[in-house]
Amino acid sequence: MKARQIIVPLVAVIVFLIAWEALVWIMGWPNYKMASPSDLIPAYERYWGLFLTMGWQTLWRTVAGLVLAVIFGVALGMVMGFSRTMRDALYPLLVGFNAVPKATVVPIVALMFVGWHDFNTVLIAFMISFFPIAVSVSIGLSTLEPEYRDILRSLGASQATIFWKIALPKTLPEFFGALKVAVTLAFIGTNLMEIVSPHGRGLGALFDSGKTNSDYPLMFAVLIALAFLGIVLYYIVVALEKTFAGWADRTV
Amino acid sequence: MMPDDMIDKLIDITAVRHSYRTASGPLPVLDGLELSVPEGGFVAVVGPSGCGKSTLTRLVAGLLIPDEGEVRVHGTRITAPRSNVGMAFQNPVLLEWRTILQNVLLPLEIVPNKLSRAEARDRARRLLALVGLDGFEDKRPSELSGGMKQRASLCRALIHQPEVLILDEPFGALDAFTREDLWQTMHKVKAEEPFTGVLITHDLRESIFLADRVVVLSSRPARTQFVLDIPDTGLRTLDDLYTPEAAERLNILRHQIEVAQGRTPAGDAA
Repeated sequence: MKARQIIVPLVAVIVFLIAWEALVWIMGWPNYKMASPSDLIPAYERYWGLFLTMGWQTLWRTVAGLVLAVIFGVALGMVMGFSRTMRDALYPLLVGFNAVPKATVVPIVALMFVGWHDFNTVLIAFMISFFPIAVSVSIGLSTLEPEYRDILRSLGASQATIFWKIALPKTLPEFFGALKVAVTLAFIGTNLMEIVSPHGRGLGALFDSGKTNSDYPLMFAVLIALAFLGIVLYYIVVALEKTFAGWADRTV
Repeated sequence: MMPDDMIDKLIDITAVRHSYRTASGPLPVLDGLELSVPEGGFVAVVGPSGCGKSTLTRLVAGLLIPDEGEVRVHGTRITAPRSNVGMAFQNPVLLEWRTILQNVLLPLEIVPNKLSRAEARDRARRLLALVGLDGFEDKRPSELSGGMKQRASLCRALIHQPEVLILDEPFGALDAFTREDLWQTMHKVKAEEPFTGVLITHDLRESIFLADRVVVLSSRPARTQFVLDIPDTGLRTLDDLYTPEAAERLNILRHQIEVAQGRTPAGDAA
């Protein structure tokens, strides 16, 4: 990676923080209206231990939900990509399921599995993030040009060989595009549950405790921590994409 | 119409009828298709667009089993895909995530063969050099022009030494100069790597330049309407396309296409 690729985004972040600080200072907002970056530093200092443990909670549950979403989403996408009947049957169900705002599902799941905090958090992260993955895989597979299939079929290749040699690699760029969307969605799912669930853990629960104690800088500090985790996961996905589907990038 | 004295028919299609099932009932695409290609022969199939030419290639490849009639390769009736065909289409369908060399090697990963890894790579390199792609082995398809992709696609179709090479309008999307370059490449390839070929095309000049027999199909449902044999004149050059004989052949074929399209009654002189 070139130095430029690190410096440019870093400068952008610094400019953003300065602008934020300046805005709060110029408007003279108190920190319960809008905390400024300089308010956040004491918040992080005070709760550093909590940020580490809670941040880890949020991170692993989000990743667990994402992994499940990838497994289930890819399987579902394959079923819909290879079978027209299954596609016709499952699409309305899937779209309907996705249209239900997950914020309304969170209390239901929280009650349904009350006490199983890890489980219901992972479940929501999974539910909110598998849809784009399933859709992208199914579209990737169903739009495979017939000539690709014919080239291998005429050689006597099995369906499984066609899948591994052509369909799967050809779908990877779409899959990673969807995974980038899924990462941020999974974070939303995890946090919704962490905020709503009583005696929750994770950054969402920390946010909720900030609200309860009127500790506004803490709430803003949680938001920034979430943004940071989101960026880290996103770039992990980007690195995976470069490794496995770098061939699709025409800009290099 | 067909010479009966041809014993060494590698591809033999007799009385083939086929319909596609569509929402509005069966759509006949082939009705009375006859075609035979001797070993080492190269047959070009021309006909009005949408007449079922591509269906013919799928029959020979075993990707499609006809409703009626027989498709035989080497005397064996084709009922499923066999690994002894190589195919190239108008769309070169190279795998973007593989290098050119890896693309050419793809069939050897599927077809059982006795080549070692090193031998396979040597053969792929030789084929690539034959079509003028030496030095491009490690490039990705996206780095190649349309004509170069088509050359690579041709190497992939030949790597496993197929008995039958099926070319479905492989040069159709190329500009005129690139196309003529590739015609000459085809002659070079055929001299070095003999194959039995079926070429689907809608370019009459291409058909008489490359093939030793041109078959004209009628409009859909396609039947064999006319067969023109082209005497072997050795390695052909582009100049051969501008001889009186070539002009006469083109005239005959153009007339047959017009008949197939229903624009000219069959009796009219060409």
